[in-house]
Amino acid sequence: MAEKEQIKYPGPFVVKDCALVSVSTGEKAYTLAELVEKIKKIDPSSIHHHFWARHLRPSFDHPEFHNDFAAWVHIEVRDRILAERLNLISPHEYASMEDLREALILLIQERVFEDEHLGWRKAENPFYFVKSQLIIFDTGMRLEWPHEIADVLESFSPGTIFYHFIDARRRNPQGLDDFRNWIRQFPPDYKPLEDLIAKVDPFFLSLYEIRDFLIRHIRTFCARIHAFREEPSRRKKGSPRPREGG
Amino acid sequence: MSGNQGLLERYARVAGAEAVAQMQQLAEKLRGARVVHVNSTAYGGGVAEILHSMVPLMKALGLEVSWEVIQGPPEFFEVTKKFHHALQGRRVDLTEDHLRLYQEVNQKEAERLADKLSEADFVIIHDPQPAYLIRYLPKRRGYWIWRCHIDLSRPFYPVWRFLEKVIVQYHASIYSMPEFSQPLPHPQYIIPPSIDPFSEKNRELAPEEVFRILKDLGLDPSRRLVVQISRFDPFKDPLGVMRAAELAQKFISFQLVLAGGGAADDPEGERVYQEVVRAARGKKDIYVFKLPPEAHRVVNALQRAADIVLQKSLREGFGLTVTEAMWKGKPVIGGATGGIRTQVVNHHTGFLVNTPEGAALRIRYLLFYEEKRREMGLKAREFVRQNFLITRHVRDYLALMLSVCMGSPDRLELETGEACVWPPVEPGPPPL
Repeated sequence: MAEKEQIKYPGPFVVKDCALVSVSTGEKAYTLAELVEKIKKIDPSSIHHHFWARHLRPSFDHPEFHNDFAAWVHIEVRDRILAERLNLISPHEYASMEDLREALILLIQERVFEDEHLGWRKAENPFYFVKSQLIIFDTGMRLEWPHEIADVLESFSPGTIFYHFIDARRRNPQGLDDFRNWIRQFPPDYKPLEDLIAKVDPFFLSLYEIRDFLIRHIRTFCARIHAFREEPSRRKKGSPRPREGG
Repeated sequence: MSGNQGLLERYARVAGAEAVAQMQQLAEKLRGARVVHVNSTAYGGGVAEILHSMVPLMKALGLEVSWEVIQGPPEFFEVTKKFHHALQGRRVDLTEDHLRLYQEVNQKEAERLADKLSEADFVIIHDPQPAYLIRYLPKRRGYWIWRCHIDLSRPFYPVWRFLEKVIVQYHASIYSMPEFSQPLPHPQYIIPPSIDPFSEKNRELAPEEVFRILKDLGLDPSRRLVVQISRFDPFKDPLGVMRAAELAQKFISFQLVLAGGGAADDPEGERVYQEVVRAARGKKDIYVFKLPPEAHRVVNALQRAADIVLQKSLREGFGLTVTEAMWKGKPVIGGATGGIRTQVVNHHTGFLVNTPEGAALRIRYLLFYEEKRREMGLKAREFVRQNFLITRHVRDYLALMLSVCMGSPDRLELETGEACVWPPVEPGPPPL
């Protein structure tokens, strides 16, 4: 307890789980011209869904396309150029969903101006705008100290990873995941852990891959922390000693 | 250990403890809510099978759940079968008399079920047969939800227009795929259906029992077997399946079984069955079985004995027979339509095809490569475990119920130990 007071303990990390229930918006588009018009007005949560919900969708391998817009343009509109351009969009680089919406519109419009017939080319199957309802569950699990993450990561469901790594970027200032947001409130001993977690790019990794990456790297870090703890003389003066998780 | 607790623990062993914990957290907020499911048949067909599992599971979670089946003369079910075809895109002749009969039966059933439905907190109406009940119960107090199990992507418009007049009165509707949703003034949830791993149709069977059932059917358990299990319905393309088998049998020897049950609300089945029997007459290694609705173990055994399962539908709502086969570790060759596309992931859990020729090629491929068959089967089972078990289905229904009472927010955050939100502070929903 004394340690917690000394470092202004930020409180435990509350481990949550989540599930997505899809909700149809009732909107669909058969052409790129229609797609742009719908994107202009669609609920921002639908744009978020078409970039991120695929992580919790049944799949087996790395998809060729990283968002639903790029996949639809490739498969149904059959324009490889626009599909490739859309595929490059990294949604977490945009400060808000409105910025992302604007980027989408600009890319599609730019391509339509390059080929005047493209805007009206009819897709075999329309693009269905869907949004998600996020249901957030409390797992009852609490972490007292950052290095405890290593002990529980294996038990994290894909929903837990989604909530703390992907959904968190919408909730937290500076688009941080929940782990980094929590860890940065601890003393600098944990900075390397924060830097490790920052290396995760959730856009290209599946939820299982994110978990495996964290398990591998955080365990290495924690092993170092434990070794460090056993050699107190090497600790910086005044820095608190990490406590063993329980 | 109570019966309810035992039931939940059984599901936890198969679906995972977190799947059950999620249902419990949602159900905690709805404890005591009265839920009534209404459909048109107690046996036969995917809806009845789902309800046989869903109702006890919802009860075990602390809700007051009942299931009502509407009744009507055979002519009513002839009309609703036409509705079914029309909503899946076929032009049908529906006369004023047909529509009047449909409405009269719904009105009569609304009077019979009035007390139960008017007092329920949630009424879930399955498919078009009982959809008009809402019109004849103006004093209802709960939330009404329409669950559409069929492919509504390109309905025959006059019939959809007739139905839409009452669907707009519901507080929400549910579809198996986004493609099936329609422009409606209420939230439309996308919830795929599911199977129950403990039902008679899906539970583990001893190899001796599978062997005996095959012998009883006159099949040779030592030879390769390809099956399609589905109602005898033109949309399931039984004649296309037979054609595919004949093309493949020129290269590789196997038995084909076309087996299907009937359902009380499907009077057309007998006609299609006779057509299939005639087409199979005199053909070696092609077997057609009409199974009674309660023949779940026979279906289970056929799927378990099969090397490959086909579901070469031309239109399909979801295709629970695909889910059942995948749960038994079988690769599936499915028609590239409806919910089959969600389940059959090309080269992973099976193959999607568009023609008898396409199906024939994939039958040959999978019968030839035993290792590939086994690998796909393992993936298929895990795919179902993660996505299409009854636990996920019930979780989504509970989330929807909670969501409609809270005005369908984008986020629904559940805190453990938080007070039950049921009954809501507000009196019931305003009548629509």
